[in-house]
Amino acid sequence: MKHPILYILFILGLGAIALNCGRSSKNKDDTVIIRIDGSSTVHPIIEAVAEEFTKQYQHIDLSVGVSGTGGGFKKFCREEVAIIGASRPIKPSEEAICKVSNIEFIELPVAFDGIVVVVNKRNDWVNHMTVPELHLLWKPTAHDTIMKWNQVRPNWPDKTMHLFGPGVDSGTFDYFTKVINKQSGASRGDFTPNEDDNILVHAVKNHKYSLAFFGYSYYESNKKHLKVVPIAADNVSTGSPPIVPSLETISDGIYSPLSRPVFIYVNKKQALQSYVSQFVVYLLGPGRKLITEVGMIPLTKNAYRLTLQRFMQKTTGSLFQSSTSTTSVEAILAKPKQ
Amino acid sequence: MPRYKRQPIARHRIVDKLFFIVCLSAMIIPMLLLIILLGDVLITGIERLNLNFLTSFPSRKPQNAGILPAILGSSYLVLLTGIIALPLGISAAIYMEEYSKKNRLYYIIEITIANLASVPSIIYGMLGLTIFVRALGLERSILAGALTMSLLILPIIIITSREALHAVPRTIRDGCYALGATRWQMIWQIVLPTAFPNILTGAILAIARAIGETAPLIIVGAVSYITFLPISPFSEFTALPIQILNWISRPQPEFAVNASAAIIVLLTTMLLLNAISIFIRYRVNKQRNNW
Repeated sequence: MKHPILYILFILGLGAIALNCGRSSKNKDDTVIIRIDGSSTVHPIIEAVAEEFTKQYQHIDLSVGVSGTGGGFKKFCREEVAIIGASRPIKPSEEAICKVSNIEFIELPVAFDGIVVVVNKRNDWVNHMTVPELHLLWKPTAHDTIMKWNQVRPNWPDKTMHLFGPGVDSGTFDYFTKVINKQSGASRGDFTPNEDDNILVHAVKNHKYSLAFFGYSYYESNKKHLKVVPIAADNVSTGSPPIVPSLETISDGIYSPLSRPVFIYVNKKQALQSYVSQFVVYLLGPGRKLITEVGMIPLTKNAYRLTLQRFMQKTTGSLFQSSTSTTSVEAILAKPKQ
Repeated sequence: MPRYKRQPIARHRIVDKLFFIVCLSAMIIPMLLLIILLGDVLITGIERLNLNFLTSFPSRKPQNAGILPAILGSSYLVLLTGIIALPLGISAAIYMEEYSKKNRLYYIIEITIANLASVPSIIYGMLGLTIFVRALGLERSILAGALTMSLLILPIIIITSREALHAVPRTIRDGCYALGATRWQMIWQIVLPTAFPNILTGAILAIARAIGETAPLIIVGAVSYITFLPISPFSEFTALPIQILNWISRPQPEFAVNASAAIIVLLTTMLLLNAISIFIRYRVNKQRNNW
């Protein structure tokens, strides 16, 4: 080899040949592909189901992206993907965009995600908190005002609180603020946000006077390092008991209001394709056993039956967009068609 | 008096020492941080690193999960990026150094390229999404990713290649002309081989950046999980940094171990690339000494 530039070409050529060898080993012409995108909260479920599903249906390929709920809806309304995962119902503005491009969707709740409020293991004064107390602590006007534990409840220590929460773009933050402060996105600004929930876990683990909220699955995996706060929907004196978040209390809807259903949205046109339909039916049927395995909380059997029915009838439109957080998933699904 | 005169010298010596210490710590602190970081990654990740890890698909069970689609996706991506960006970048550099007149347009182009080199990578992602993914209809394909990456590393390749060409002495060029060589002969047979080791260094740095870059890939739609292997430039793909990001944000701590193992693979690939470039440089230099 005389000329050095030829070295580069030689190496690039070698690489191309190597990759082409791998290519010939798997040459399937009759494969179809299902494109999925959306929320990072729902992603573990879809990934787990996809893994098992492709073992049975080898001619169906799946590609699963994670561009968040909002990003997912954008792609969904451009018809770039057939299915998206969403950690909140579709917004009216997103629905309008879908309508313009003439895309109809089937809304299917697939699991629950709880939001837990956690404190440090050495915290021995908090035994429960109420929603009004959480509101007092997290409302926008608490900014720079409510700084100490004893401002929330007088018999708690006179120590500065360290507050942590998920990033303001996340569905978890949206939902928490909607339930606690009655307006999605409204919150005090002087807490430490982080997009990565694992960082929040570490923060609470290390600060004695800290408090944070995040998705249930992150608590489930780090139980021994954190103390979870039971939540009462209202003042305990009015008869609402504090509830410890667990698989059972979230699934039954007792851990309210800090639990929410998560969804998949299926493009109706795509749902008529047999392979897309096979995937959705698999997810709602045998695939739902995998939901607990990835740290999410399954719906009740009856809710799955109603969801499957909704899919089979290809009922479009959103039931959950206007629903309140206190109504159970089953009740919403069972609502007669308008 | 002599004592009075000696004092500034003593002070200069102290300054001298201090400066040495500052420079030394400027080198040691980053090295230490790097060693701690690498050590941590190695210790956590090494247990998961086996053949199975390299040849399996990702899985919900951390101990079964592997990075095969990510490795293939990354290799494909880097290869295509190299095929697209290297000839373009080096040719552009040759044009600017050897052919172009130094007029106003030339300086505008020069400044633009320098500016492009410092544009955040996510901007290139948006550009790629608009042009390659949507306008050209390439969808979420490896080709779209590679074209975006090429845009990202082109300025780096052009700038380093130009520096390399610029470093070839004027006298050598004049010597070529004196012997009756055409401009093409001069560039191809003398200037390029002389500048080659430096061009290669720039190219490898650029390629290494393309391997590690995540943000533009997420924007142009590299996916997090595929159940198949990318078999053509038009196929959808995932890449190593995206797989790492995906695992690191999972609640289960076992996935963090997987992420560490994947980081080791990524770093090893980069080291390998660097080793190849050093080897080629060595060969070229040896060859030249035999002239």
